[in-house]
Amino acid sequence: MMSLNIRAAVLSLVFLVAALGMWEVSSEADVVAQENLTEYELLMGTNVQKARVPPPSDVIVRAWQELSDPFYDAGPNDKGIGIQLGYSLYRVLTGYLMAAMVAIPLGFLIGMSPLMYRALNPYIQVLRPISPLAWMPLALFIIKDAEASAIFVIFICSIWPMLLNTAFGVAGVRSDWVNVARTHQLSQLRTAFTVILPAAAPTILTGMRISIGIAWLVIVAAEMLVGGTGIGYYVWNEWNNLDLTSVIFSILMIGLVGMLLDLGLSALTRLIQYQE
Amino acid sequence: MSNKSLGDPYDRDVSLIHPRGCECGQCPSHGGQAHSEPAVEASAPQTREEMMDRAVENAIVRGIFKQNDFSRRQFLGTVGGGTLAAALASILPINAVKAAVKDSIGALEKTRLTVGFVPITCATPIIMAHPMGFYERYGLDVELVKTAGWAISRDKSMSGEYDAAHMLTPMPLAMTLGAGSSPKPFIMPAVENINGQAIVLHTDHKDKRDPKQWKGFKFGVPFEYSMHNFLLRYYVAEHGLDPDVDIQIRVVPPPEMVANLRAGNLDGYLSPDPFNQRAVWEKVGFIHMLTRDIWEGHPCCAFACSQEFAATNPNTYSALFKAIVDATHYSAQHENRKEISAAIAPTNYLNQPVPVIEQVLTGRYADGLGGVMNEPDRIDFDPFPWHSMAVWILTQMKRWGYVEEDIDYQKIAEQVYLATDCGNVMKDLGYEAPSATYASHTIMGKTFDYTKPEEYIESFPIRRSSR
Repeated sequence: MMSLNIRAAVLSLVFLVAALGMWEVSSEADVVAQENLTEYELLMGTNVQKARVPPPSDVIVRAWQELSDPFYDAGPNDKGIGIQLGYSLYRVLTGYLMAAMVAIPLGFLIGMSPLMYRALNPYIQVLRPISPLAWMPLALFIIKDAEASAIFVIFICSIWPMLLNTAFGVAGVRSDWVNVARTHQLSQLRTAFTVILPAAAPTILTGMRISIGIAWLVIVAAEMLVGGTGIGYYVWNEWNNLDLTSVIFSILMIGLVGMLLDLGLSALTRLIQYQE
Repeated sequence: MSNKSLGDPYDRDVSLIHPRGCECGQCPSHGGQAHSEPAVEASAPQTREEMMDRAVENAIVRGIFKQNDFSRRQFLGTVGGGTLAAALASILPINAVKAAVKDSIGALEKTRLTVGFVPITCATPIIMAHPMGFYERYGLDVELVKTAGWAISRDKSMSGEYDAAHMLTPMPLAMTLGAGSSPKPFIMPAVENINGQAIVLHTDHKDKRDPKQWKGFKFGVPFEYSMHNFLLRYYVAEHGLDPDVDIQIRVVPPPEMVANLRAGNLDGYLSPDPFNQRAVWEKVGFIHMLTRDIWEGHPCCAFACSQEFAATNPNTYSALFKAIVDATHYSAQHENRKEISAAIAPTNYLNQPVPVIEQVLTGRYADGLGGVMNEPDRIDFDPFPWHSMAVWILTQMKRWGYVEEDIDYQKIAEQVYLATDCGNVMKDLGYEAPSATYASHTIMGKTFDYTKPEEYIESFPIRRSSR
């Protein structure tokens, strides 16, 4: 008897093969006439394949081409997929780390002080639901730099989950523990670092995990708007050429990198998990 | 280093042209490893002075062989590079020419420039000047940055991220007036293309060729302050439709036009090429009419920069200006169009199939209705920025309520459109330039008299009356 894990893996594989097979068959290429074409037919592109959703085999071939030379640089508007992803990751991580540096201390303040919580809550509730891209025109005007504006958009979208989760985690620390700290006459600061931080860490990290997911979602849209470099620009540029094969390939790459970012943070969460 | 593409013109093994798929070792090619040619590496000019000298030699030799690289290489194969150089020196004072070119431009304040463009064929001169070496000829190292739309292009130009940019002819006027943005003085030294746009309709509307049947249609235009918007409004209004009431006009960035047409989100659009021809190629639309049939010779896109850039870097600005005028003139020659199509098609520039761009630039195209049309003037290139064109654009901005206050039409036209400067540069480069900067234009059979802009606006029954 095989273990459950192995059976699940085999089944997953069967599903994948079946789905790809159906996709491949359903998008079978039309027969393309190559001879005796009139000039009109040639100008209409009758001799090249009609636009369709590309079969998986095309996507695999494209993926092989792109991944076998991921770092080529053929001018400012034509760079390899590795370089594009690098630019996107750089923007996401910069904006995200800046957001963490603001959100976590601020979250502590809000979580530890019911007064601050009530004073700041209305603003947070108004600012939180704003689509980060709506900030873009304002950011471009004020910051006057497209690169920094993209980072700002990441900053503003990843700050809220971290802020709220930190506040929630800090406020939810069991009052017994804080009371014990108080009887030992620990200072506020020491209580924050030695008691509250470890206790609230899992909740804070959950917020960070939500944030990185949102940041990665938003960077694609932001780069489609700003252009120049990054995976979002790559998608836009291929859309420009109505090249669905490359678009599907980049969708897969976006998913893959997003998953890796999430896995990284979930591993970190497991490290600081504790039993009560 | 980009100066490597300035090949030694006296070497028969070096090609002076760098078409798509060029394997010369300096051209980055997709997939395959670009093999380097040590001979070229060694002879590549290193300093700016050497680069200018090489550019002059290059231009002269190209000129002698009438830009035909094949016959140059054949000739060199027979007599050898040294012979050609000596023969040339005996009839032409090459060293004097080199010195004159350096003098006439003066020391460049800045050689590395960032120029923005939106990937459409209107930008042909700005784009092709890069792969075909026009910027290098004037000692400039230009980085061309593809931009997703005109709002971003405008913001990047205003913030100074772009030194100069490809814009629509109404944009510098609007930016100077502060319409749709905060005011900042911009100048437009040269027009890029004339004509070259089209009205495309969805294939479902093949039986609705009369604009009177277009009530309720959704049309796309690339930007509010565009000739596309003003020409579409003018066209439907002449057919009795009010563009603000009877149809819907949406701003859609050009690259997204075809996808929106396919999805049925738009019934048609008046947009820049190659997206008109691309709609035909994708079999989702047909070409209803070319804009040259609305206004023969209308301006469309332009080369623009802030007044500040021109004032602080006069020599660089002048070199860039000359490169653009030169490239525009080269693009205007019909025999060069196929070569240009191949040069601007790659991912780094337009990212479009060559046959589509060729149909746009050569004017021999399928209209999507079963016919092959032959219109060599479908798109043309003429750098001269007529002041009267600026006045016309301002009248339309006023007519449709984009500006409400009174404007001094001629003053703004002359401040933004540098027609006199452009004429001088054209003459310097040996091209013919018009002697006047105003002319009367005929749009759909109606004459526009630039001396009476207010009366012209009043003469239209359909307009937004602000008073």
